[in-house]
Amino acid sequence: MSDTNPEGRPGAGDHGGTSWPEYLTGAASDGPAEQEGHVARQRVIGTPSPAQARSMLPEQGEGQPPPPELPPGPPDLDRARRAERLVVACFIIAMLAGLAFLVFYGTIGVGSITRVQHSNLALGGSMALVFLMLGIGATIWVRHLMPSVEMTEQRHPMRSTSAEREAFKKTFEDGAAASQFVKRPMVRRSLIAATVPLAVAPLFLLRDLGPLPGTSLDTTVWRKGLRLLVYGTGRPLTPAEFSSPGSIITVGPEGYLENDDDMAKAAVVIIKFRPGELVFSSGNTPVGGYTVRNWTVDNIVAYSKICTHVGCPASLYEQTTHHILCPCHQSTFDATRGAKVIFGPATRPLPQLPIGVDSQGYLIATGPFDQPVGPSFWERGGSPS
Amino acid sequence: MSVDRALEETGNWLDDRLHGARGVRVLLRKIFPDHWSFLLGEIILYSFIILLLTGTFLTLWFQPSMSQVVYHGSYIPLRGVKMSQAYASTLNISFDVRGGLLIRQIHHWAADLFMAAIFAHMIRIFFTGAYRKPREINWLIGITLLTLGMLEGLFGYSLPDDLLSGAGLRILEGVIQSIPIVGSYLAFFLFGGPFPGSVIIPRLYILHVLVFPALILALVTVHLFLMFHQKHTQMPGKGRTNENVVGAPMYPYFMAKTGAFFFFTFAALTLAATFTQINPIWLYGPYNPVAMSAGSQPDFYMGFLEGTLRVMPAWQWVFFNHTFAFNVFVPALLPLGLLFTLAAVWPFIEQWITGDRREHHINDRPRNAPTRTAIGIAAITFYGILWAEGANDIIADHLDVPLYWVTWAARVGIFVGPAIAYIITKRICLGLQRKDNHLIAHGVETGIIRQLPGGEFVEETRPVDEDHLAVLTSRVSHPALPPGETAETEVPAPGMRGAVGRVRERLYKVVTESVPMAEGDGGRTHGDGHGNGHGNGHAVEGGQESLPAGTTATRTEADLGDVDGDQH
Repeated sequence: MSDTNPEGRPGAGDHGGTSWPEYLTGAASDGPAEQEGHVARQRVIGTPSPAQARSMLPEQGEGQPPPPELPPGPPDLDRARRAERLVVACFIIAMLAGLAFLVFYGTIGVGSITRVQHSNLALGGSMALVFLMLGIGATIWVRHLMPSVEMTEQRHPMRSTSAEREAFKKTFEDGAAASQFVKRPMVRRSLIAATVPLAVAPLFLLRDLGPLPGTSLDTTVWRKGLRLLVYGTGRPLTPAEFSSPGSIITVGPEGYLENDDDMAKAAVVIIKFRPGELVFSSGNTPVGGYTVRNWTVDNIVAYSKICTHVGCPASLYEQTTHHILCPCHQSTFDATRGAKVIFGPATRPLPQLPIGVDSQGYLIATGPFDQPVGPSFWERGGSPS
Repeated sequence: MSVDRALEETGNWLDDRLHGARGVRVLLRKIFPDHWSFLLGEIILYSFIILLLTGTFLTLWFQPSMSQVVYHGSYIPLRGVKMSQAYASTLNISFDVRGGLLIRQIHHWAADLFMAAIFAHMIRIFFTGAYRKPREINWLIGITLLTLGMLEGLFGYSLPDDLLSGAGLRILEGVIQSIPIVGSYLAFFLFGGPFPGSVIIPRLYILHVLVFPALILALVTVHLFLMFHQKHTQMPGKGRTNENVVGAPMYPYFMAKTGAFFFFTFAALTLAATFTQINPIWLYGPYNPVAMSAGSQPDFYMGFLEGTLRVMPAWQWVFFNHTFAFNVFVPALLPLGLLFTLAAVWPFIEQWITGDRREHHINDRPRNAPTRTAIGIAAITFYGILWAEGANDIIADHLDVPLYWVTWAARVGIFVGPAIAYIITKRICLGLQRKDNHLIAHGVETGIIRQLPGGEFVEETRPVDEDHLAVLTSRVSHPALPPGETAETEVPAPGMRGAVGRVRERLYKVVTESVPMAEGDGGRTHGDGHGNGHGNGHAVEGGQESLPAGTTATRTEADLGDVDGDQH
């Protein structure tokens, strides 16, 4: 398996004759590589001056073999010449595309949807062409202009020698002894003690990141007498205006529609049903007992819009089945039965908001939610589910 | 000549101060092995560089503020709409900054490519066993980078404060709230009070543009340094051993090739950004906590978590007046935690089971580690099912099947799918090993039948060429375990006693299960010794086939293991 030669060049037959002196004295100068600008330059960069070359001789006792030489040029000169033309063509196209990019930047401009579209196409197209041509050019250069080589380098085990390890151990222990860290326990312990308060200080500094939740997750801004305003227009509603069965409207509490923090909990949907579709609870069944509590007006029922799973707005409604569906994770609630969970990861029904009408006939809340809305949290506790 | 001189003088000037001639020379001649799959890691690096470049451009205009403004910019449909400054400035970048939309889209595509390439790279590393000693540290760094990348991406696409990303933050809040005991506190600290508040965008901004990029950059640097220091692994092949590295030198070959590859990566991303729209936030509208539309999916690398949330049944406990929201925190933390933890400890588990403490620098072919490959495919299946479940509504819509069926299929599939994948993969690997054995023992079948002078018909075979043969025979044998309790003659070795020892013995049999490698030279000696080679090959294979698979394989592996026992 291992047929590595000490030079580290398996199958080095093709260019075995090349050696530093020839290379440096330009023995290969009759080769076409010399006539080719960038290839020649590559060579020169890679060629150390005679002074440096001397320093690159193997240093005795260092165990570093001299780096094997690279062949000076590609074996097939005709191919190389063709490749060179291609590479140059690629780079020139890249340059032209780059110039086009600058021109497009100056001429197209933005400020309307159409112009943005044109600008994106022109700038992106020219920029992509620059990169593409640079990439293609460089690839042809590597594959067809640079002579192909395969070299071998030896690996060494990662483990240091035992002697090195011993030396390290001794140095470490000497240092530890000199520091007296081990010998003087009180210094050590008091240092550790000194850092302990410092270690927890950042936690204290983070305390003011936010207020404590307190009981704020338990309540919303809904209270008795607040009108239900249509989200978006801010209009109050009478039951008569909301008369087509099967429709659904997102509403919020009067005075809080513009406040996202409040609406993030207080958003409510009202749904109008045909008579007899709603399944009412008999008597005082606990909330969420899979039936609608008689907190409705004229077959209009109000549920929290905030999904009890992770708080997305449960904003899809299927008229035929009366299902409310949360678009985020597909928790499905039966609107005719107290928004009972039919499917999906939500564990609780959407809480129902008690509604009525005020003296002017507009829909109002007749009280707050009787339980926290939205996703579960630790302190939520055992409110009915 | 003047260029020559200038270079030399610069070099001398630097060397006078840095003493670099020797070290840099070695660096320039560093050998990089070549294989297409090694490019996956480079895609990650270049996407990251492109992310840094384009991201810097975006920060020149983006305003990480949640204060409300009324939009008056060039996008007419949203004129007069109230929105956060973050959203308005993102519209501004898209419609009023020349090249802004292009750079924004390159940035987003680059983030997706970055994550996709991380997954692909990680899969390559796993299946070729490139995580084995001495590269376990780099494997752990890689898993950390994957985690950081996911968070960095989540924070990044949340910044524009559009409707879709705002829903993502809302879900994040719900998930944090579900954590027992500290959940509500953590949520309030992160959002500076109730959701959505007015600080989350600026906070995510500084994490996204400073803290996480710095962490990623630091870890990438260490990752690359270790790769450099330990030298890259190589694929098996002629002349390649565990003690050498065969390839082209860094200067000029690797530098030129990798430079070209950087341009290709940039070109691909630019093409994507030019011709395909990504994250059109102007269509989603500014965030408000009341609206959401169907078909809302996060970026693909978060799809797995979305799927776990969707697949989970509605379980929760109310316990001493406290809520354990299993329906949220179990899917949010458990499956991904399980996958990442398993991935992180696997190199050490494998080492413990096989007792293999040698360094490995030649990559395994996936077929030659059937159990590892099967575990990997099972994990990918598990991930893939949950990832697809993250788009269950889209799948249901496109396949025209009920939504709940899709979810139920996923609920069953995450248990059944990986098991089936494991079994099938293992069978395929073992089958491929037998195929390799056939090639090793007999050479390549030519389809030519020859009649011998004695009247016998034989099939002509052609020798396997040397490069291919080197690949075919590249399998490493596992060292034998120290004698355990089932060994009749010996006292069990330390670490092999009791229940632990028995478990280890059993796992050893599973993990090292392989078809023993055939003897032969790829049909080279067939010419006159046809009958001989033929017979030998069959003896090995036939013997294996006629016995129960597991035990025989193990015993033979153990025997083979003795050959290089001194390395152990």
